[in-house]
Amino acid sequence: MADVPKRADLAEVPPEQAPDLTAAPEAIQAEVPPELVAQTLGEYVRAYAARIRAGESGVLPVIAAMLAIVIVFEVVSPNHLFLSAGNLVNLFQQSAVFMVLAMAEGFALILGEIDLSIGFVGALGAAVTVQLVQPQTTNWPWPAAVAAGLLVATVFGLIQGTLITRLRIPSFIVTLAGYLIANGLFLQVLLLGPFSGYPNLAGFSDNLKVIYNLMWGSIDPTVSWIATAVVVLGLGLLIYLSDNRRRRSGLVAPPTSLTLIKIGLIAVVAVVVVLICNTNRANIGTLEGVPWVIPIVLAVLGVWTVLLQRTRYGRYVYAIGGNPEAARRAGINLSIVRTVAFGLCSFTAGIGMLLYASLLNGMSNNVQGGQYVLYAVAAAVIGGTSLFGGRGKPLHGVLGGLVIGGIYNGMFLVGLSFQWEYIVTGLVLLGAVTIDSLSRRGSASGSVTRV
Amino acid sequence: MTPPPRAAASASLSVVDNAGDMSAASAEHVASNEPLLKVRELDKHFGPVQALYHINLDLPSGQVTALCGDNGAGKSVLTKCIAGIYQPDHGQVFWEGQPVHIRAARDASRLGIETVYQDLALADNLDIVQNMFLGRERLRNRLLDEDNMERAAKETLASLRVTTVRSIRQPVASLSGGQRQSVAVAKAVMWNSKLVIMDEPTAALGVVQTKMVLDLIKRLRDRGLAVMVISHNLNDVFEVADRIAVMYLGRVVVQDQTSSFDRQSVVEYMTTGGLGRSGGRRTQES
Repeated sequence: MADVPKRADLAEVPPEQAPDLTAAPEAIQAEVPPELVAQTLGEYVRAYAARIRAGESGVLPVIAAMLAIVIVFEVVSPNHLFLSAGNLVNLFQQSAVFMVLAMAEGFALILGEIDLSIGFVGALGAAVTVQLVQPQTTNWPWPAAVAAGLLVATVFGLIQGTLITRLRIPSFIVTLAGYLIANGLFLQVLLLGPFSGYPNLAGFSDNLKVIYNLMWGSIDPTVSWIATAVVVLGLGLLIYLSDNRRRRSGLVAPPTSLTLIKIGLIAVVAVVVVLICNTNRANIGTLEGVPWVIPIVLAVLGVWTVLLQRTRYGRYVYAIGGNPEAARRAGINLSIVRTVAFGLCSFTAGIGMLLYASLLNGMSNNVQGGQYVLYAVAAAVIGGTSLFGGRGKPLHGVLGGLVIGGIYNGMFLVGLSFQWEYIVTGLVLLGAVTIDSLSRRGSASGSVTRV
Repeated sequence: MTPPPRAAASASLSVVDNAGDMSAASAEHVASNEPLLKVRELDKHFGPVQALYHINLDLPSGQVTALCGDNGAGKSVLTKCIAGIYQPDHGQVFWEGQPVHIRAARDASRLGIETVYQDLALADNLDIVQNMFLGRERLRNRLLDEDNMERAAKETLASLRVTTVRSIRQPVASLSGGQRQSVAVAKAVMWNSKLVIMDEPTAALGVVQTKMVLDLIKRLRDRGLAVMVISHNLNDVFEVADRIAVMYLGRVVVQDQTSSFDRQSVVEYMTTGGLGRSGGRRTQES
């Protein structure tokens, strides 16, 4: 590049890092994630601002949506109940179902596919579990019952994945059929046993209690604090050491201040959540401690994040979502990766709907499996997962699930009926998809101008 | 850069004779200045259509061979036969003097043949390192060894003097056309390849980016690799090629040092398969 004439506006850039003169510098700045190029916090903030101006807003919309939900509902809810400890814990519990379902849907979305069946496939698995632990009938130990339920969901997903990849039927159609079939099987499973279609989790059996406690059980406040400290310190140390090692060996790494801010943010969120949960939220007596569902959701988040970001399999999922032809030429077995992804999607949905069964204290034919699929897609997209494939993280499902849960919870507090909840959720989804496709168009046109 | 394990690779290939004695063969190959890849009397037909007739082609190490020809002349079919995508019907391929059968793309990459297709086959959503290692990721404790891969990718890019990218962790979507081509080439070179085949590497590029890619091709040659460039663009061909081979209707009608051609003669070979008047050159080499 030495003999290429310098442009005036690039004159101050040292030649060894002169950017490609054929590319528009401001566009490059906007498209490269700021943590990759910033050496200091100031540079990071400027790069981030440039990205937002260029339409690459990252998690900013979802944070803004959360703030808006908190402010609006805190103001309009009776007695400003929205931000009370009791309601916030309730909100976490309701959101947990959306979060796990959105993480499930993420597998399909990253591949550039969609899975419409997860609501009822998950419900089918949960119904199997709830039936199997009933003391009057089978009375299975809860680990076996949970495993059986998740297995049913996973096999259903693998069959759908096989049809999609081997017969090349669009996932939309296969999972639409799967939605109906799973719905029917779910209702059929509910009819088994002497429960008139409503097997529930009330009773003195330990197996019933464990399933019930998935959502409603709490960890002792002291234990909550200790566990939180261990997790936050461990995670913080891991992030810090890994960033530090990369910085020292001259690899791409964020500046130290940014690493510390990231760790600090995790610590603050953890402490706030534990503080809220450890407040006594009962009207009479004591009800305190972190609900079990929070570590369960975090475990799903952690395992799927490692799988998608740190293993070959995860890398292949993203590669197929970005460019299937490139993945094929790289020797990746597309059918297996896709089929397994649909299996994992249904498996995760099984966990999500098991939490839902725990929340409802049983299973019934009122379960809105179709509704929940749409909430799952909405949550994933609101969180920042792209509907067009290749982009998305499990964390997006968690953030989006919190937004959907916030709307659901807030509208209920205010006393608005279901029709308004549907309308508002629909509008939020529309907004999220608009942001997704606008940012996609923005970056695509940016690339075209430089080819 | 630690080279990926390749030791076992040649053994599993179907070397027709003298399979055990590869080292002696490569020593001889260096001594006799044998071309890295020799194609002899290669035929390929698709149903009734004869796509390649008796192809003879030499690709020597340390030289850039340009493969020219009009649309439908058979350039792509020949490339795909060498890259293992198609199986030739007759004829032989010699690699470092040894006859080999390249039955699949995997065989080709085991030998050290890498092809950069025109569409580059990069995943836009992945970053440069992730693309360069796609399908051959390095692991540590069953997880991706990102540090190791990033270091190796960085070294390869530096050795090719691809220095214009801001960060090797930026997604490929944010790269210019020339930069993408460079990443695709670096991806091909990463694996100790000995022959790099490039399909129309400058087709969609502007002037500055074309220069960047041509410089890169020269650097591959200077490292001792054999390079085959398929191109329509005679400016690029004369700028970068040491040898030129011209195809016409499924035959290689001429191949020789670039110095023995001029634009006029190359165009004439491409369009008529021979030199009608004045040139007085042989129509078939070797």
